[in-house]
Amino acid sequence: MSDTTHTGPVLAADGTPLKRSLARALRMQKIRALMLIAPLLLFVLLTFILPIADMLFRSVENKIVSDTLPETVVAVQDWDADSGVTPPAPVFEALAYDLVVAAERKEHTRVGSRLNYENPGISSLFRKAGRRADDIGKVYIKQFEKLDPAWKEPATFVSIFADPAWVSSRSDDAEPLFEVSETAAAALPKASTAYTRWARTIQQEDNDSPTKEDPWAPVYLALHNDLAANPQAPSAFGGDAQAALQAVSTAIAAGEVETTTAYDAFVKIDEDWADPEVWRTLKTYSGAYTNGYFLNAADFQKGADGAELRPESERIYGTLFLRTLLMSLAITVSCIVLGYPVAWILANLPSRTANLLMILVLLPFWTSLLVRTSAWKVMLQQQGVINDTLVWLGLVADDARLVMINNQFGTIVAMTHILLPFMILPMYSVMQTINPSYLRAAKSLGATNWTAFWRVYFPQSVPGIGAGSILVFILAIGYYITPELVGGTKGVFISNRIAFHISQSLNWGLAAALGSILLVVVLALYWAYDKIVGIDNVKLG
Amino acid sequence: MADASNTNAFVEFERVQKSYDGENLVVKDLNLTMPKGEFLTMLGPSGSGKTTCLMMLAGFETATHGDIRLDGVSINNIPPHKRGIGMVFQNYALFPHMTIAENLSFPLEVRNMGKSEREQKVKRALDMVEMGAFGGRRPAQLSGGQQQRVALARALVFEPELVLMDEPLGALDKQLREKMQFEITRLAHDLGITTVYVTHDQTEALTMSDRVAVFDDGRIQQLAPPDQLYEEPANSFVAQFIGENNTLEGTVKEINNGIALVQLDDGELIDCKPINVSKPGERTRVSIRPERVEYNKERMQEGAHTLKAEVLEFIYMGDIFRTRLRVAGNDEFIIKTRNAPDQTRLTPGQQIEIGWLPEDCRALDA
Repeated sequence: MSDTTHTGPVLAADGTPLKRSLARALRMQKIRALMLIAPLLLFVLLTFILPIADMLFRSVENKIVSDTLPETVVAVQDWDADSGVTPPAPVFEALAYDLVVAAERKEHTRVGSRLNYENPGISSLFRKAGRRADDIGKVYIKQFEKLDPAWKEPATFVSIFADPAWVSSRSDDAEPLFEVSETAAAALPKASTAYTRWARTIQQEDNDSPTKEDPWAPVYLALHNDLAANPQAPSAFGGDAQAALQAVSTAIAAGEVETTTAYDAFVKIDEDWADPEVWRTLKTYSGAYTNGYFLNAADFQKGADGAELRPESERIYGTLFLRTLLMSLAITVSCIVLGYPVAWILANLPSRTANLLMILVLLPFWTSLLVRTSAWKVMLQQQGVINDTLVWLGLVADDARLVMINNQFGTIVAMTHILLPFMILPMYSVMQTINPSYLRAAKSLGATNWTAFWRVYFPQSVPGIGAGSILVFILAIGYYITPELVGGTKGVFISNRIAFHISQSLNWGLAAALGSILLVVVLALYWAYDKIVGIDNVKLG
Repeated sequence: MADASNTNAFVEFERVQKSYDGENLVVKDLNLTMPKGEFLTMLGPSGSGKTTCLMMLAGFETATHGDIRLDGVSINNIPPHKRGIGMVFQNYALFPHMTIAENLSFPLEVRNMGKSEREQKVKRALDMVEMGAFGGRRPAQLSGGQQQRVALARALVFEPELVLMDEPLGALDKQLREKMQFEITRLAHDLGITTVYVTHDQTEALTMSDRVAVFDDGRIQQLAPPDQLYEEPANSFVAQFIGENNTLEGTVKEINNGIALVQLDDGELIDCKPINVSKPGERTRVSIRPERVEYNKERMQEGAHTLKAEVLEFIYMGDIFRTRLRVAGNDEFIIKTRNAPDQTRLTPGQQIEIGWLPEDCRALDA
């Protein structure tokens, strides 16, 4: 062979490497193939993969706490949750500044609901506090105005806090986002932040200008605290601003100002704010990402020493997952038992008869799922067709009618019926490819009908059973409508719980975590199936 | 059949009929007797009923009427697995999920044979077909010829007295087929098993069999050893079906002393051996094998009848020459001559005289 004598890559006639030449020749084909699948690929990507990825991402995402309560989240990090005491004053102040903004933006209830999943009761704390957040520090407003009437003027605040560049660039028609001056930020740090957040919030939410409005009460609280901490602060400013600040600073130094604290204000709103457990929850779920939903979905909770199993009375998801798996298994097994003989008959009948029977198998597909499930309700309920017939026949006493619905039995019966075609079809198409001469050969070799079936036919039909089982099991494990309608409380699946969290409790994070676990379980089972039976052994035809 | 009362009959079909739909008979009144150790081939075109006969013998089809006996016992009501008949299928039917050794072991296992005995027999059977090294493979890893050998070994491993083969060599290429034909006959004779072999390939039938049953239209048209079948076909179907054959149509003029005078349709009179013509005036087809026709005057045998012929085509085939002639208005008259050193080659358009012995010329049914 000439190829073996040459070293290096094989060359095409024009001297380019053969591999590159081949790749070039195939490129057009590949592009064309890609173009053909592109619409579907795009469709699936946009409507299926991305939403699911986004949904699953919610199972770990927890930005709402740190986005809504930015200052609190930073402040609470220094507090030791295991100390058993409430956090220090700055944390409460930070919460006041955060909450007043959140309330203005109507976000306080959302963060309340989020934390409520972890510690029931927090939602109402946030709702109440949000409503009254702009009262915190109200006591200072009148006192400031009394010390210097300039505090009544919005212009005073602007001259203290605003960046001169911002003032000169603004007009009544077009106002850029508020910028704080460096002087104010250095001399009055808390008040600057509070004022800036207020100014920007009213600009964005109400389309108001800070030059025309008085700030809300927490800004006064911040200003008071800054001046109390640093009596020299007014000297950094000039003119009327300095005079106004100095008047307040002097009064504070002389002890003439009636004070209040954010802590008192919160405890007054609801004394539960003094409960360290509330703050522990807030601190625990302050990160941008959390494993809380997953712990919750696995019946765990975050305790003092990390993750711990929930008390027995609160565990539901483990049972639900187990029940979903076992019932799906039961449904799969009953589908195999009922479907195998049918598939066998179909595969061994002459094709005309087989086609006719195949229509009967496919008939359920032409009927609405809801109708079929409702039909099972009619059949199985205590005043239903089956019970009535049994009573009429005298097999069952009228006062002891069988309970066949709203339990696991009803779910298994109805779902077996619904999923049966998915079992029969792959089994049928595999059995069709099994040549009848194998059975004849086995019999001619001395095997009885049963031995011939069991030793020769059955092993060859296993790929069909495998394909059908995977199909039915995976469909069953995520089934929703039928268990919802006929499952009662004992026969519901994990998917019903997921749906509940999606549409009723609105705890999407938990729903996403449950969904992710379900997905992982299915993939793990698929992997195990591949290891045990081999995925090559799955044939759909 | 003359030997229907044969006492050492091993396989017997007696007045067997088979219908699938209740309207048409696929097998019509089949009578057949086979002695032990015989290699009998059922030959016929597709749809002639030969495979149905085989399936009835194997027990996969039930006879609509009549009796099938194996070693004197009627087996009509015995299920296939109790008949103890080995069978080789057209597509081999090797179990794809078992190794070769497991395939061979299967008939022994269902007979509850001990493990060591099983292994010993499997090994012997595989060695017999020269497949000893392949016991661990799966059927899909073997070539067609190898699968064929394994199928044969599997049908023989439990030492049946009767083996049925349903077109077993149909899927093999020509060379392999010839090799396997030889091997199957050798094995059958060495082991002394009775074999019923179904094929539509006449060469296979002629080279392998002790006797051949030619099937057509649900009946055995002729049951005879290969040479007799070829040289003395009993009717025009057999004459046409087996080997190459020239047919001339005509009317019987008279029959005297075992010689029929036949007037061909163009008026020419020839002498023939009457086979199934009985009286003057009957239409007949006269059959002459191409290699029995001579045109070389020096080789022409004594008493040969001669006819005029025109050469239409001359085909050189290496070992033989095949020449197409126009004889008595028939354009498809073929003669075959050996490529001998002194043989003359004919050229198209040449006018010649051809001749044959009256014994080689058989007047058959029309």
